[in-house]
Amino acid sequence: MLEFEKPISELEKKVDEMRQLSTTVDLSDSIHELEKKVEELRESIYRDLTPWQRVQIARHPERPITSDYLANVFTDFIELHGDRSIGDDPAIIGGMGKLEGQPVMIIGHQKGRDTKSNVKRNFGMANPQGYRKANRLFHLAEKFKRPIITLLDTPGAYPGIEAEERGQAEAIAKNLLQMASLKVPIIVVIIGEGASGGAIGLGVGDRILMFENAWYSVISPESCSSILWRSWDFKEQAATALKLTAMDLKEVNVIDKILPEPIGGGHRDHNQMFATLKSALIAELTELNKIPADKLVDQRREKFYNMGSWITK
Amino acid sequence: MAWFLRSKKNIQDSVQREMPDGLWTKCPSCGEVIYKNELEENFYLCHKCSFHFRIGSKEYIDILFDENTFSETNTNIRSTDPLKFVDSKTYTSRIDAAYKTSGVDEALTTGIGQIAGRTVSFGCMNFNFIGGSMGSVVGEKFFIAAKYALENKTPFIIISATGGARMQEAALSLMQMAKTSAILSVLAEQGIPFISILTDPTTGGVSASYGMLGDIIIAEPGALIGFAGPRVIEQTIKRKLPEGFQRAEFVLEHGFVDFVAQRNELRNIIIKVIDWFMA
Repeated sequence: MLEFEKPISELEKKVDEMRQLSTTVDLSDSIHELEKKVEELRESIYRDLTPWQRVQIARHPERPITSDYLANVFTDFIELHGDRSIGDDPAIIGGMGKLEGQPVMIIGHQKGRDTKSNVKRNFGMANPQGYRKANRLFHLAEKFKRPIITLLDTPGAYPGIEAEERGQAEAIAKNLLQMASLKVPIIVVIIGEGASGGAIGLGVGDRILMFENAWYSVISPESCSSILWRSWDFKEQAATALKLTAMDLKEVNVIDKILPEPIGGGHRDHNQMFATLKSALIAELTELNKIPADKLVDQRREKFYNMGSWITK
Repeated sequence: MAWFLRSKKNIQDSVQREMPDGLWTKCPSCGEVIYKNELEENFYLCHKCSFHFRIGSKEYIDILFDENTFSETNTNIRSTDPLKFVDSKTYTSRIDAAYKTSGVDEALTTGIGQIAGRTVSFGCMNFNFIGGSMGSVVGEKFFIAAKYALENKTPFIIISATGGARMQEAALSLMQMAKTSAILSVLAEQGIPFISILTDPTTGGVSASYGMLGDIIIAEPGALIGFAGPRVIEQTIKRKLPEGFQRAEFVLEHGFVDFVAQRNELRNIIIKVIDWFMA
């Protein structure tokens, strides 16, 4: 449970208590009343979430992760492993699957569900071999003219000794270069956390979609706080300053579309998240399928050429 | 003996590399006292230990280009503070301060000039402008310079000196990684050579985009080159990093740069490389 959800859960507890009492006395009216209050409170809290609260929702341990979408949005998924060079990175998974019957390549950062699986997945922090596996799958998709869907959910690329020795920077850079040239549609979805180079290493596409409570930025609020405020205590201010929410990013054209989440956040209703993603992907892909490959690449490049904000004096 | 074995001081905080004011300066690596004029004549290298002092675009232009051939371009592109970023200071005040103290107009200086008679589209990052960080202006200047190379079929050369993406432009600076890489993908298709020169330091969003995308990647001796900064790595793995980690020679050993070149040899080697591409 998140800190700002405590008032909701306290009320919910009261509802439960009353339910237990109601086996002897009829309290159904009062219970009903209180349930309405819970919903009202939830709505009012979730209507005005601060950026930092959204960051917390994006990190909620019960929030759907890449593997959940693979199992519930796509069919016939077959995971493909390895970068064909040094190994397989469990922090990025990818493979062949179908979206409403159309063969697609799906690649995403993979977090864990608990401590054990998070250790295995390195908390979704990929190594160079993860980005190179993705690159291999990009080419495979292009070779067989299959659209690519990437799901972004990472606190950042892994800052480790081996990651540096094996060229983390080069691995990410190569993906940016390749994704700008692939002659198949690419849809990017920020499903949870989209932090820094580690995120954009899978993030160049024709359409950029983002879930309502996901966040996307050049740095995490905690690291931003430690660098600019020289203290870990300003993460809330940093989250606000970074303009990392879907609403903010739509404003500056970093993303194309916001995918709505259930009230209370994605962790409260997985099926709704799956349905939302599925229909959004089908809609976007139907449009992108109509665009000739060369034009698609030109438009994608143009899209990123226009990113940023500057004036000519 | 490898440079990084010479002195522990050599890999300490890179702030020491900045050119100090005054007539005399002390080499942070070997302690040699050097007359400043002599340093300038010697490509800003310590005459005793070849330590490379950090320099900016003006100095690199003097070193690389034929005399009076370089003309700066796109000096009129300015940041708009799109996110109205405020931490302990406002982003606009940081930019204003950087204009005043750095003597350059952004973290990337671009222009057209000649190297041994061959026209080159060129860019050099200025570490003294907000840590050489890449925001929208750097991305746009890079883009225009790359386009010039494309349209005029000239080689494209970028010298990097940067901590990475500019935090104050958040996601927009992150997008500059994609923007610069996207235009480089067109150069690659059209067979326009891109030479990436990595100086101290080249990390973060720049190394993870155009820095590492050169057809030829050249590093200066001792330059810190990597994705994550050493402090971040130390905090993550909770132990000290080995000496020489992420330095140019280390990166060469691991196969991510083509060669390490001393600054006094840079012009000659670039002439040869360009000649191979363009002859």
